Amino acid sequence: MKAIENFIQKTKPNFEKGGKYEKWLPIYESFETFLHVPGTVTLKGSHVRDAIDLKRALIIVIFALLPALFFGMYNTGALFYTSVGEDYTMWEALGYGFLKVLPLIVVSYVVGLGVEFTFCYIRGHEISEGYLVSGLIIPMIVPVDIPLWELALAVAFAVIIGKEAFGGTGMNIVNPALLARAFLFFAYPGNMSGSSVWVHSVEGKATVDAFSGETILGQLNAGVTPDAIHGVANNQLSICDLLIGNYAGCVGETSVIAILIGAALLLFTGIASYRIMLSVFAGGFLMGLVMNACAPEGNMIMALPALQHLLIGGFAFGAVFMATDPVTAAQTNTGKWIYGFLVGVFAIMIRCFNPAYPEGMMLSILLMNVFAPLIDHMVVKANINRRLKRAKAAQETVTNA
Amino acid sequence: MSKTIKLRKGFDIKMQGVAEHIFFQNPMPETVALKPTDFVGLTAKMVVKEGDKVLAGDPLFIDKFHPEVQFTSPVSGVVAAVNRGERRALLNVVVKPDQEIEYKKFENGSLDSMSREQVVSAMLNAGVWPFVKQRPFDVIANPNDKPKAIHISAFDTAPLAPDYTFSLEESAADFQAGINALKKLTDGAVNLNIFKENRAKTTFTQIEGVEQNFFQGPHPAGNVGVQIHHIDPINKGDIVWVVNPQDVVIIGRLFSKGIYDARVIVALTGQVKNPRYYKTILGASIKSFLASEDINDDMRVISGNVLTGTKLGKEDYIGYYDSQVTVIEEGNKPTFMGWLAPGFAKHSFSRAFFSWMQPNKKFTLNTNMNGGLRAFVFTGVYEQVLPMDVYPMQLLKAIITEDFDKMEQLGIYEVVPEDFALCEYVCPSKIEIQTILRQGLDLVRKELN
Repeated sequence: MKAIENFIQKTKPNFEKGGKYEKWLPIYESFETFLHVPGTVTLKGSHVRDAIDLKRALIIVIFALLPALFFGMYNTGALFYTSVGEDYTMWEALGYGFLKVLPLIVVSYVVGLGVEFTFCYIRGHEISEGYLVSGLIIPMIVPVDIPLWELALAVAFAVIIGKEAFGGTGMNIVNPALLARAFLFFAYPGNMSGSSVWVHSVEGKATVDAFSGETILGQLNAGVTPDAIHGVANNQLSICDLLIGNYAGCVGETSVIAILIGAALLLFTGIASYRIMLSVFAGGFLMGLVMNACAPEGNMIMALPALQHLLIGGFAFGAVFMATDPVTAAQTNTGKWIYGFLVGVFAIMIRCFNPAYPEGMMLSILLMNVFAPLIDHMVVKANINRRLKRAKAAQETVTNA
Repeated sequence: MSKTIKLRKGFDIKMQGVAEHIFFQNPMPETVALKPTDFVGLTAKMVVKEGDKVLAGDPLFIDKFHPEVQFTSPVSGVVAAVNRGERRALLNVVVKPDQEIEYKKFENGSLDSMSREQVVSAMLNAGVWPFVKQRPFDVIANPNDKPKAIHISAFDTAPLAPDYTFSLEESAADFQAGINALKKLTDGAVNLNIFKENRAKTTFTQIEGVEQNFFQGPHPAGNVGVQIHHIDPINKGDIVWVVNPQDVVIIGRLFSKGIYDARVIVALTGQVKNPRYYKTILGASIKSFLASEDINDDMRVISGNVLTGTKLGKEDYIGYYDSQVTVIEEGNKPTFMGWLAPGFAKHSFSRAFFSWMQPNKKFTLNTNMNGGLRAFVFTGVYEQVLPMDVYPMQLLKAIITEDFDKMEQLGIYEVVPEDFALCEYVCPSKIEIQTILRQGLDLVRKELN
């Protein structure tokens, strides 16, 4: 530790004003503050500051993502071995999945941080930690077999167009991770939907006869009844299976239990808004009930019990990790309830009414990201009106008196 | 009818070094000073020069734009120095006091028979007027205004704040005299806002002629701005005056004794050997407190509390409005991977550190920023520590973009920087919230004039 401090003291002058590499200072500082919290003291205003900063807050989000990530890795391996009919242990599955998912994570971070650092250099700002979370979420919301160059393109698009074009972390309108997914979804639909992309496959290795790589939403769309949904070995899925998440889907989205562990951490530490999380589930559940009530004969998605709607697809993952992104969600407390509720409602609505996009959560959150400022505007307007009304009432008592 | 207002939002920062309930008679400080920098927006004009002899109550400088507002010497003695800073702005006027204070006599007669104008001019002449501050903007009251009410917060909830029910217990009679004078200044009520937990202590509950309001809740429940917001909020065009309890006592002494008797009680708190209450004089040199303490360069001495106070230099003086001095460590040492450590000793409003396991622990805080400046990212944090119907982030953004209409609509008249101090404390993006708000208030004030 002392050695690091000495190294910093020795090298820093080169990067400071007048130094040899002065233009690289923001990038140097980014690494410096990563290694240690610098001894910067307060100069104005409050003399003491809360120990929390963006790094700490976002590292907690990373911790919250880990259960879902590790389960996703395990699931990737497990589903693969099942699909080719081989036996496996838990560690084999995890190890295999780790090797398959790691390249996605590496590509996401290298490309995303590369873009961020370039913008830091141009703007002369210290890097903001926002991408640490987005960079881990992106590999978790894509199918494991997504070609890496497509992923790289999507990440670059999301960070440049979705974030840096607006001014960087804190200024973006839509969630960058979801923008990356939407980019892939519309640019390369063949790799993002259908029945063959969700389980890792190796060329030349035949799958077992009972294999079915369809997601649950895909199955329902194809007319499978809700009580006959099945996993990759054509095994019947119970509610318990849906909670555990041992079925086909994007890398990190399937296990509701793992996601809820993360949710508990986020809520306990106060990093994510319970208002948004709760209201997304409430909105989704209510819309699910409405859909159940008016489901026509043969429409399996609409007939799916409301509770199961919340357990399948990307609903839980989106509700916990993506709708709660503080920058793109509504920012007022009342607004958060409305925003979350509508995210839930639209997610189920898109699922049911638009079979071309079986996963409604992505589009629903992106849509509400765009409407969040409007919701906030209305909520703040109400506050302004209260103040005006109060002033007017006071004025009247004065004139009457 | 007194009312009780219960506030739920807010946050008490529990720190080590609360002042013990012991009085210590501080010897007469070697120097005493008035600092024009304590008064927002003041352009001071000197009326004495170095070497002049003054009595306690003789003016040292006046407000250039309101010459009737005088700033008088708290002690008798010789003007030792007039220090100026950049662009010759007046920093402080230092007086070397006599051993025994000689007071200038003010013949006021009985308060009962005095008119409002006579009370105002008596206060102006003796130099107690600057104790009266105006909301909005938190500046010295304009003697020509008529406020709709006067508010006095009889308690302070800031970290390590002095307990006025203890420090002013012996001054209840003067406090009452001060209240009687203030009552002449407004047609509205004089509100005395008392901490519910102090209900049993009679220091303030025995005061007559006031509207007693009881407050309950964590900091900033003791901020007078928060209290006004809940009793009778400030609308556009309203003027409300506020006075600190200790300053009410000084105003009272002017009318009961006919002198400007600026003896005050200051709590010394924080990382010191003897955290206790010091009987001293307004504007006393900081050295007079810290004689028996070892303060090194790695310590910061603050006039006021850690959230809103002013950093003091080695040769500096207690602020005009402050009843507290806090000493804390400088946080100028880097910590390796500090953002990843479990953080059992790190104080945080969130539960992002393991310090949540010790909710009653008293912390020693230092002045480290604990992070770098970022854009607004997390939302809803400020609202949890601001018990007002105000949207803090939206208001700050209106200030940053200099949108006057928005600032007004979002309630800038109701807030002053100290109300937002906790927002600044908890901000994960380390935004200088109090500074931004002060800029906003100055902008609006300039626009209105």
